[in-house]
Formats: sequence, structure tokens, C-alpha cells
Amino acid sequence: MTGYILSRLIRAALTLLITVSLVFVFIRFSGDPAAALVPPDAPEEVIEQYRQAMGLDQPLWKQYSGYIGGILQGDFGYSVHTGRAVEDIFLERLPFTLRLGLSALTIALVFGIGLGVVAAIRRGTAIDRIVMGFSVFAFAMPNFLFGLVLILVGALVFQVFLGGADGWVLMPALTLGLAAMGSFARFARSSLLETINAPYVRAAEARGVPFRRRILRHAAPNAAIPLVTLIGLSLGSLIAGSVVTEQVFAWPGVGQLLVRSVATRDIATVQFLVLAVAATMVVANLVVDFLYLVIDPRIRAK
Amino acid sequence: MTDTPVPTAVQGPMSMPWSVRISIVFVALFVIFALFGSLLTPHGFRETSMFDRLLPPGSPEYLLGTDARGRDLLARLVTGAQITLVVAIAGTLIGAVIGSLLGIVAAARRGATEAVIVAAIDVQASLPIIVVALFMLAMFDNSFALFLLLVGLNGWEVYARLMRGATLSAQENGYVTAVRALGASPVRVYLRHVLPNILNVAIVQFTVNLPLTVLLETALSFLGLGVQPPLTSLGQIMSEGRDRLLTAWWLTLMPGALIFCLALSISMIGDWVRDRLDTTLRSEA
Amino acid sequence: MADAGPSDPLLTVNGLSVALPPSGDRAEAVSTVSLEIGRSEVLCLVGESGSGKTVVGQTILGMLPRALTVTAGDVHFEGSRLPPQRDAAYRVLRSAKIATIFQDATASLDPVQRIGTQLDEILEVHGVARAERRARTLETLGSVALKDPERIYRAYPHQLSGGQAQRVVIAAALLLTPSVLIADEPTTALDVTTQAEILALIDRLRKERGLGVLFITHDFGVVADIADRVAVMKDGHVVEQGSAADVLNRPQDPYTQKLLAAAQPRMRHTGQAARDHLLEAEGVSLTYHVGGIFNRRDIRAVRDVSLSVAPGRTVAVVGESGSGKSSLARCLLRLEELDEGAIRFRGTDLTHAKGGALRSFRKAVQVVLQDPYAALNPRQTIRSAVAEGPIIHGIPRAEAYARAEELLVLTGLSVQAADRYPQEFSGGQRQRICIARALAMEPEILIADEAVSALDVSIQAQILDLFADMQRTFGFAMLFITHDLRVARAISDEILVMKAGQVVERGSAEQVLHAPSHAYTRALLQSAPGQGFFSEAGSAA
Repeated sequence: MTGYILSRLIRAALTLLITVSLVFVFIRFSGDPAAALVPPDAPEEVIEQYRQAMGLDQPLWKQYSGYIGGILQGDFGYSVHTGRAVEDIFLERLPFTLRLGLSALTIALVFGIGLGVVAAIRRGTAIDRIVMGFSVFAFAMPNFLFGLVLILVGALVFQVFLGGADGWVLMPALTLGLAAMGSFARFARSSLLETINAPYVRAAEARGVPFRRRILRHAAPNAAIPLVTLIGLSLGSLIAGSVVTEQVFAWPGVGQLLVRSVATRDIATVQFLVLAVAATMVVANLVVDFLYLVIDPRIRAK
Repeated sequence: MTDTPVPTAVQGPMSMPWSVRISIVFVALFVIFALFGSLLTPHGFRETSMFDRLLPPGSPEYLLGTDARGRDLLARLVTGAQITLVVAIAGTLIGAVIGSLLGIVAAARRGATEAVIVAAIDVQASLPIIVVALFMLAMFDNSFALFLLLVGLNGWEVYARLMRGATLSAQENGYVTAVRALGASPVRVYLRHVLPNILNVAIVQFTVNLPLTVLLETALSFLGLGVQPPLTSLGQIMSEGRDRLLTAWWLTLMPGALIFCLALSISMIGDWVRDRLDTTLRSEA
Repeated sequence: MADAGPSDPLLTVNGLSVALPPSGDRAEAVSTVSLEIGRSEVLCLVGESGSGKTVVGQTILGMLPRALTVTAGDVHFEGSRLPPQRDAAYRVLRSAKIATIFQDATASLDPVQRIGTQLDEILEVHGVARAERRARTLETLGSVALKDPERIYRAYPHQLSGGQAQRVVIAAALLLTPSVLIADEPTTALDVTTQAEILALIDRLRKERGLGVLFITHDFGVVADIADRVAVMKDGHVVEQGSAADVLNRPQDPYTQKLLAAAQPRMRHTGQAARDHLLEAEGVSLTYHVGGIFNRRDIRAVRDVSLSVAPGRTVAVVGESGSGKSSLARCLLRLEELDEGAIRFRGTDLTHAKGGALRSFRKAVQVVLQDPYAALNPRQTIRSAVAEGPIIHGIPRAEAYARAEELLVLTGLSVQAADRYPQEFSGGQRQRICIARALAMEPEILIADEAVSALDVSIQAQILDLFADMQRTFGFAMLFITHDLRVARAISDEILVMKAGQVVERGSAEQVLHAPSHAYTRALLQSAPGQGFFSEAGSAA
């Protein structure tokens, strides 16, 4: 078990290191990083200072270790436009994204898994077909279209604008969570169908365990194990989706910041956000791996 | 429990559900629209007309109306459909080929090669492709080739992971051992015995990935960071029409509906293909 | 059918017929089957795969799959008729009155719950008070001869060995003191030594508890060990039924006779001593590395094994699962890089051979594998599969194809088979194809890795005969890897016994089978099911 934990940690650290290194390489390829990291109106001496501080006159490996060192000390550079430290801008916007993302995840989990379970238990019925149909619909629906339709309906029917910082979180969260809801429903259904017919569930039936209890005690916990992985993976699509959703609903979160920074070539901010996303994903995957330790005794044995 | 006589599956070769038939018809119509749709309108997709701004659908001369610069929406949708199709197909193929090759090579070579490829998969899996694309677009000038490559990278790591797993399990098969014992070269083993038996995995993933690529392309173009003017794509048309959602809804909803129906149809067909391939896989097992 | 049956049967199956869905390979899974099981009695229901024996067990438990329907007959238990299939009334019968155990014991336990929780649940759903449950569970675990019931109680299924898991499943079945036990191939997945222990356990429990046992099996050795009465099934029909002594000693039905003959292959006598060395292994060791950098483990699959196969001779390597016998085969085939040791062919060291030398080695040494379903590429016609080896080695295509067709005929298939795909053939037929593929290379030695283990016993006998025939025709040597002493007895001149990667005993087949020197070999021999019966029958014949 220690070996498992240790190997996961190393793998996570390695993944982050590679990501950071790739970001370093690409920034080097794309022009003068010193000019990119300081405010545009900074005097030449400041840029020169930066160049020296960043060691651009140094050999590449020294620059590289300096870059890594800077990141480790929390020095991520300054926004081209506001001149503020990028981590401050990020932290200002993070609560919005968290509120949106967590609401979307909750909606997706509750309704997605619920629908999937109902479909599995009522397999082959109209309910099953409707749930499966919904999951394809949710998968194929572009979130920007869904969001715009919601805004349109809100404006025409209820005479309100369903966006902005003071807006109600439900509509953007529904937009963001729709695709994940569909994939949770689909996956929960197939996963549960597999365990409902598993030999140990049949064996429980042969031992006189009633249907409800077989589902709740045996089929569902085993079906939940692979679902944990899917939830971890869905974080990636939630982050990706939030970029678009925040744009549609004028939601002042990190996704909107990213799009704006890319459009204005605010390299320092973009670089920071890429690293933040990577770190979030790596940590989420670690959490999933460690959750396995809790829910699956077979992993604990390793 | 092994000796229950198993009823053989009853499934005629032509049992295709109506939803899949409709989907195939829609995809065919979409392709025809992209190829020959320009015959439906006298206007070019970049042709502006100051006097015909924001005409609603059904206007004379402009079947589907015009945008804020008086451009014919029909002509723009035709071009947008072309670009969306090209990017979707080319992009999906790029990812499929790169990912599958890396996956097979990792499983076949093991050792350091495999470690490097698996690390690359881990890195990609920790970065949603849209974030990678945004990063690259911030660094480099947006060109159609770069955009195509970025969209193409969408999901390569999934192919790589799946194909690595499929290859690892396929090469455990008795027939691979037997063919190696016959003296077959590694190239022969992988090309003739492993690849044909794992191709289904890639085909199934292709059907999942194709609609995702459509959605990625349109999303990036919608954000204004994908296909750049003077070219256009369905996502870009939507993004341009967005500000007039309440007054000129057709500029947003028409391309949106096209994107949605295309992604939906491909998914429906993909699901059906996957079910068919799964049953053939099962009967072979 | 001169069978009196028990005077006061616990369970009676009367003229049971179960229909298959219209697409099935025959109309009925089970046709007018009648059985009776008395107190303290073991009724063995014997049949090959597809005979319908499992369906009988499922019907009694009320757990018939939905696709199957009872069309005639009924089942009576303790005098009253059992409820219809899948009826809610079965809930109180299952476990409490009629209990069951399965072939794959580990799979029939929930992987994420502790053993104690799972056994406790059975008592709970049958209304046993909480205060009583733990003590009763521990007591039952003890009664199936599990050492340290407390530890088992806390364990998860994956922490148990196959034998322990089967004991746990038996304990689960006996928690509520049922009167009938349905055991569906409960020992098939186990090694022979474990199988012998489980059979002894079932035998003891039915005596102690007066259990009536319906024991479903394909193995006449097991039947000879445990049955009071026997019913033989074929294609859904009971073809013969009677006391164990009658059926085993005086089988009336030709099918029973065939099965019995196949279960007891004759020992072969070649007599000639080994002179030359064709294929030699010297001090071969192989270690597999599993896991990553931090949880890396080494599995020493083969340790310092030496052996030699002489031209035209057959050497059997016998061992239980995990003994390293298949890894040894991969070493001898030069499919693994050895840690240590040498492989020599006709005196030439080929341990590290590459290129041309390896190619000619591959031509001379061929393999037939265990699983006939995985051994053929599903996307290749039989002709191209059999001809592939010669084509790789430069034989013109037309010639290779002609040779392939000849070999298919020689191995008992038709020329028409050549154009078809592996999926269209049964397991036995596929194994014939694999043999033809190996023979197409005109090998000097054939390595057969558990080549008959996956087959039904009557097919097993046919394939063993085919190996012997082909060996007479072509004169190749064989290295026959098996877990089954009966198979080794039937085919080999010499036997090596492997345990935990090492050879613990070697000698002529006669010597190893009749005067084993190592304790493990003796244990293997004594555990072989039906040992008493077959050795008597063997010496009488």
C-alpha cells in the first residue's frame, strides 16, 4: 500500500514537472519572456532587471532551474494589462468558478447517477430509453448553444437576463453540468447493469437476500468504484466547459479570465492559469487514486 | 454455470433503428449542403450589402436572412459547414493516427519507450485540450494549420491509452504466442495479427471522438479563438450573431441547430456502430 | 433404470422439461428429467458442457434465467411443491432449506465486503437475532475446517485462497442448516490437492448434518469419490441413472461407457530408453517483474530447472497452477529471456540465438496451447493460419496451402474447413487446427501447454489419441505440460513434477506414478479424484 501511494505521488509530481517544463519551452519559443512578464509601460531598466533576474543571459539549464525556482517560491509574474500579480487576479475570480463548478458537479452527480440507476433497474422500458436518449442529447448539445437558448428563453418569457456576476447560478450550472450529467447517467447505468448480473449478486439471491438489498448492498457499491474514476475525469471536461459557459453567461470566473488573457496575449496570466489547471487535475487524480484505497479493499492489499 | 446452452443472438443484418436511419440521412444532407449548398444562393459568403442588413429568414433573395453586415446567412452557413466538416474529419484522423500509433508502440516496445509515452499521456490527461489550445493560441499566431493541429490533438491520449491496453491484452492471446513460435517477425505479428484484432477499439473511439471534435472546433471558434475571418465556421457565425440574440435570433440559433444536429447524428450512428462491433467482438471471444 | 431411489426423498424432480428460446441450438435445455435425493445422500449429476445439468440446479433454486421456461414437470421439496420460478416465496426457502455453492467461489463473494458482513447478512435477512449471529457465523466457519475463523471473518474475499473461499461459500450455505445442498461444479476451479480436501469436507458435512446433496460435475473421478447415486445427462436427457456402484462398474448406456473410458486413459508403454538429447534445458531460471518502481515485486517463476527430451520421446511436466510449468514452456520456446541457464537444441546452445539460428530453431520446435479459443486469430482463415508458418519460412504459397489442406484431413477435419474462420469450430476442432498448424512446420519437437485441459473429457481423449497418432506418423518428440496426472499417464514416457518453480521429482512414467519418491508427488497422486475406483478398474483390466 505504501508502494501504491508513493508511486502515485511520484507520478503526479513528474506529470506536473513535465507540464511546467513544456510551458517553459513554449514560452522560450515565442519571443522575449521578460517583455511578456512585465507591464507594457515598464521602463527598459525594469525589463533588463527582469532579464537578469530571470537569468536570460545565463545558459538554458540555469534559466530553466531559475524558472522552476521562481514557481516554487510563488513568483508567477505580472499581468501585462493591470500590472498586478497574476495569482491575485486569479484568487479574486476563483470563488466564482468554484461556485459554478461545484453547483454543476452536484447537479450532474445527483441527477446523472439517479437517472442512470433508474434506467438500469427499469432496463428495457420506456424510462430506460428516455434516459439513454437524454444522455445522447446531453453529449451532443454544445454548451454555448444550450446557454444561449436558456438566456433567450429567460429574456423572452421571464424578461430577465440570466447572466452576470449577480446572476442566479442555476442556469450557468445547468449549462455546464449538462454534458457530465449525460455521461454519468450512461455510465452509472452500464456499470450497475454489469454488477446486477455479477456472480456475487446472483449468489446473494441464491442465499435468500431480497432484491432491494442486493442492489443497495452489493450491486451499487461495486458499481460505484469505476464511477469514481469517471468523476475524476469529468473534472477536465468541467474545466473546459467552464471556459465557454462563463463566456456565454458573462460569469466573472477564471474561465472568462483565461479567454480574455488569450485574446489580449497576457502571457503571464495564461501561463499561470495553465499551470493552475494542470495542478488541479493532478490533485484531483490523486484524490481519485486515494479514494480507491478507501472504497476498494483489493487496492489496499497491493 | 458454464453449461447452460446459450441462445444465439437474434439480430438481422438490417435491424437498424429509425433514429440511426434519420441520423444517416441528416449527415448525408449535411455533407450535400456543404458541397453543393452554394448553388442555392447567388451570394458569396463574404459579400456584404449595406442595404440588406439583418433581414429575417424568408426575405426575397436571402432565404435564411442576413447578418449585421448584410451578408447572406445561407452562404455563410455553407462555408461554415465546409470548414466544420474538414476540421472535424481531418482533426479526428490526426488524433486517431498519432494516438493509436503511440499506444501500439508503447505496448509493443515496453520499457523506457512505454514509460515516456505513458508520461505523455498523463500530462495530456491533466490538461483539457481546450486549455492547451488556448495556451498555444496565446503564444503563436493563429493560423489555420496550427488550429487544425490543435483540434487534431483532441483525444489523442485516449486513443493511446485504449490502444496500449488493447495491444497489451491482444499480444497475450495464444495466437500471438503461436505465430511468434512459427518464427514470424515482429512487424508481421503486429501488422497481421495484433492490429486487425484491435482496430475495432480505435473505430469505436473514432465515433466517440468525432462529435467531440466538432464541439471543440465550434467552441473555440465561438470564443473567437478558432477559425479566423475572412474564413468562417459555424461556431464563428454563432459568436458574431450572439450580441443580437434577442433581435436576430436566426444568426445564432441556425448555426447552433446545425452543430447540435450534426453532433447528435454522429453520436447516434457511433453508438449503433459500437453496439454492432461489440456483439461481433463477443461472438468471437 | 433399475434404481430403487431413496425411500423417503427430500427432493423430487418429476418429468422436468425446460424450453430454450427459439434461437437456441436445441428445443429444450432439459427434457423430462426425473431425480430424487434422499437424506444424507449424494446424487451426482454428470454431463459434459451443454448437457443441461446446471439448468436442473437453477430450476430447483427457482433461479432460472428469464429466457428459459419450465414447460412440463415439477419439483417437490419435503413433500410439497416448490413455488413457480423467481417467485417471492423462494426467499425463505433459499439458504434456509435449499442452499447452493458455485464453481467460482471467489466470484460468488462480494469483493468489497468483509466475509463476516456477508455471512451476517444471510442470517439477518432470514430473521436471526443480532446477538446470535456473530457466534453462529464463527462456529460455522470453524465447522468447515477453516483455521482461525476470526481472521477469516474480518478478511476480504481477495485475501483468501481458492480453497479457503470455497470453504467460506460452503459455510455460507450451511449457516441456516438447510436440508438440501446444490453444488454446481464446486471443485472444478481448484487444484487437485485442494479439490480432495473440499470433497472430503462435503462428504463429512452431509454425514454429520444429514444433508441431501445434488452434486453437479463433469468429472467421473469426482463421481467415484463422492456419489451414492449417479444420473448421467446428455443433451438435456438423463441417459442413465442408478447407484454409483452400478453405473461405474456396469454402465449400460453407450454414452456413459464412452465417458468412463475417456476418464481413464490407458498407460502407454514404449519401453525404449532415451539415448540422444534433442532439446535440453540446463539450470533455467526465469523471474517476472511486476508493479512499478516502488511496489515492484519479483516472481521467480522458474528456478534452476534442467531437463532433456530425446528424439521421438514424450516428457510430461506435471504441476498445479502457479508451479511455473507454463513459464518453463515459454523459456523452452525461446519466448522469454532467461535469467540464468541454457537452452540447447541438438547440442547447439541457442540461449541467446538471433536471426537465422533462431529461425531454424522455431521451425523445429512448435507449440500447441491451452485455450483453443484464443489460439487462432479470429480474422484469419484456417488455410492461411495453417500455412502461415511454412510461408514465413519461404515455402511457396500454393505448396503451403496444399500442405495445409492435407494436414487438416490428417488431423480429422475436412478440406472444406480450410476456407472457414476459427469461430465456426468447436473447441476440439480448433485444437485439431492448432495441431495441424504446428505440424505444418514438420517440427522435431512439439511442446503442448495444457493442450487438452480446456476440453470436455470425451474430446480430451480424442485429442490425446490424435497426438499419439501424429507422433507415430511423424516421429516428433513431445513435451507435454499438464496439471492432470491422468493425462500425463496416458501420454508420457517420462514425468517431471514441478512445484513452486522447481522440479521436485523426475523419472520414468512407471516409476513416478507407482513409486513416487517425493511427498508432493504422493500427495498429488492421492488427491486425484476417483483414485481408488480407477486404480482398481485399471488393474482389473
